[in-house]
Amino acid sequence: MIVADKKPIEEIIEEIKEHEKILILGCNECVTVCEAGGKKEVGVLASALRMYFLNQGRNVTIDEVTLERQCDHEYLEEIRDRMDQYDAVVSIACGVGVQFMAEKYHDTPVYPGVNTCFLGVTEKRGLWTERCQACGQCILASTGGICPVSRCAKRLLNGPCGGSVRGSCEINKDIDCAWQLIIDRLKALDRLDDYEKICALKDWSFDRAGGPRKVVREDVQE
Amino acid sequence: MKAKTPSKLEKMLAAGHMAVTSECGPPRGSDPEVIIKKADMIKDHVDAINITDNQTSVTRMCSLAACIRLKLMGLEPVLQMVTRDRNRIALQSDILGAASFDIFNILCLSGDHQSFGDCPTGQNVHDIDSMQLIQTVRHMRDEGKFLGGDDISRPPQMFVGAAANPFADPFEIRVPRLAKKISAGVEFIQTQCIYDIDKFELWIKMAGDRGLLDKVYILAGVTPFKSAGMARYMKNRVPGIEVPDEMVKRMADTPKEKQPEEGIKICIETIQRLKEVEGVHGFHVMAIEWEDKVPEIVEKSGLYPRPGSA
Amino acid sequence: MRLQYPTDIKIILLPCTGKLDVLHILHAFEKGADGVYAVGCMEGDCHYNSGNLRARKRVEQARHILDVIGMGGERVQMYNLSSSEGPRFAQIAVEMDERIRNLGPNPIKRAKHRAA
Repeated sequence: MIVADKKPIEEIIEEIKEHEKILILGCNECVTVCEAGGKKEVGVLASALRMYFLNQGRNVTIDEVTLERQCDHEYLEEIRDRMDQYDAVVSIACGVGVQFMAEKYHDTPVYPGVNTCFLGVTEKRGLWTERCQACGQCILASTGGICPVSRCAKRLLNGPCGGSVRGSCEINKDIDCAWQLIIDRLKALDRLDDYEKICALKDWSFDRAGGPRKVVREDVQE
Repeated sequence: MKAKTPSKLEKMLAAGHMAVTSECGPPRGSDPEVIIKKADMIKDHVDAINITDNQTSVTRMCSLAACIRLKLMGLEPVLQMVTRDRNRIALQSDILGAASFDIFNILCLSGDHQSFGDCPTGQNVHDIDSMQLIQTVRHMRDEGKFLGGDDISRPPQMFVGAAANPFADPFEIRVPRLAKKISAGVEFIQTQCIYDIDKFELWIKMAGDRGLLDKVYILAGVTPFKSAGMARYMKNRVPGIEVPDEMVKRMADTPKEKQPEEGIKICIETIQRLKEVEGVHGFHVMAIEWEDKVPEIVEKSGLYPRPGSA
Repeated sequence: MRLQYPTDIKIILLPCTGKLDVLHILHAFEKGADGVYAVGCMEGDCHYNSGNLRARKRVEQARHILDVIGMGGERVQMYNLSSSEGPRFAQIAVEMDERIRNLGPNPIKRAKHRAA
C-alpha cells in the first residue's frame, strides 16, 4: 500500500488559516490502513480544527467526508454537488488523491494533510516499512525476492557495500542491510551461486528518470 | 599478467615488484598547495598516489582536479571515483577528462552514504554501482565505446581498480564478491585497512583456492594508529574494520607519548608479515592526515628504494 | 463509604478504558467540557491485558492536540487505580476539579458565547 504519515496540525493550520469553509476529505484505502488519512483521522483533525478556530474567535465551517478512494473519478464525483459550499479542501489521502482532487475541482484550493512516504507493508500496528520504489522494471527475480532499489540506502544492484554490521545498514542499525537479506534468502533457496551473476546497468527510463509514467492497456479500455 | 595500459603502477606489478601506493585527501578549499605539499612528502616512496573522492561524503576539492595537480608534478595518480555523486553521463565524462590528462589509474567505488558527510539532506545518485563502474571503464577502454554504443575518439587507457573489504559482513560472500569484481573486469584491488591478519590470510587463502589470485593484483591496505583512542575508534565505530583486542591493548598499554611510535611499529610489522603472504602484490598505505609518516613506514618495511626510481 | 467528591464531574462508564478514543475526548471538549480525565485499572492489571495502556497513549495524543490548538493539554489526564481505592477516587476528583478551576472554563465555550 501507499504509506503516509500525518502532517503536524500546526502545519495544516498554517495552510488553511485564511479560509472560512473547509472540507476535510479522507480516503478509505491505504491511508486508512496506515492510520493517517481514514475516517477516524478525519474526525480527529476536524474536531481539532473546529476548536482551534473557535478558540481564535472565528466561525469557520469544518466538515468531514471520507471517500472510498480519492484516486478514481467516480468516488471524487460523489462530492461534486456539495463542493460549492467550500472554499478549501484538506485532503488526507496520499499525494495521488490530493492531486486528483485538485485536477477535478480546478478552482478549489486543495491542501495536503499527510506526507506521502512510500510503498510498503504493515510490519505490525504502528510500524510500516518500505518495500518498493515503483522503478518500473522489477528485478526481484534475481535478488531472491528482496528489492535492493528500495531497501539498500545506496540502491546497489551488486551489493553489499561493505559497511553493514551484523545485518544492519551502516546508516542506521535499525535498518536491515538489504544485501544481507538477499544473501540469506538466496542461501535458503539454495541459490547462493546466483550472487555472482553481475546485475547489469539498470534502465532507469522506466523509473522517475524517464519522466511521468503511464500504463496504457488498450485491451481493457472502453 | 602483461601490462595493458601505460600505467606505471600496472607496469610495476606486471614486472613482479611489490607495489606501494598511498593516498591524499584533497583539501576543503581551493588551495593547490595542500595537495602539492602532501604529494611532496610521499612521492619518492610510493609508485602511485590515490586521490580520494569526497571521502566520508564530506565536500572537498574534486578528485580529478587534484589528480591533475599530481600529473603536473610528474607523479602517478590513482583517480578514485564514487558512483554516489554522478550519473553515467558524468562518470564517463570525468573518465574522459582524466584520460585527457593521461591519468592511467582509476579506483571504482560506490562511496560512503551522504548521511555521514556535510550534506546529509542531499540526494544520492547511484545510477550505477561500483561493480558496474568497473564494467563501464573496461568497456570504454577495451571496446573504445561509450555505454550508449558510440565510438570514443582516443579511448581512456586506465588500469582499473576497486576496493575489497575482507572483513565486512557477511564474511561468506567476501570471496564471491572478489570473484564478481574480477569478472566485472577489475585488475587491481586495494583492500580495507588490515589489522586482523589471520582473518585476512584466511580470505586470501580462500581466494587462492578459487584460483582468483592469478587474475588480480591485491594491494594490502594498512593504516597506522596515531593513538590508542584511534585504535578503539576503528574497532568500535568504523563499520567493516576489525581490530583484534590484543592490538588495542598493545596501544592502550603504551604510554601516551609513545603511542604514535607504537602505531607505526604495528603498521610495519603488519606489512612485513603480509609481504610473505601469497597473493599480496603490494601495499596501500593510508596514513590518514599523517602523510609525513609514509616514508618512514615504507623504509622500515624494507620497501625502499622503489624500483625504477632514481 | 459515602465519600464526598465534587458534583460537577459527569461520570461516563466504559467497559474498559481501552474503549476510550481520542475522538471521545476531543468531542467532549467541543461540546463544552472543561476537563476530561480517564480512570483506568492499575497498569499491569487490565482484564483485557493492555486496555489501560492504550488509553494512556490516547490521552497523550489528546493532550498533544489540545496543546497545539491552544486549549491546554493539562485539561486531560490519565489516572490508574484499583477498584478498592474509593478514597483515592474521591481524591483524584478533587485534584482534577481544582486543576480545572485554576485553568478556568473551556476557552471555546467563552468564544461560542461571544459569537452568539
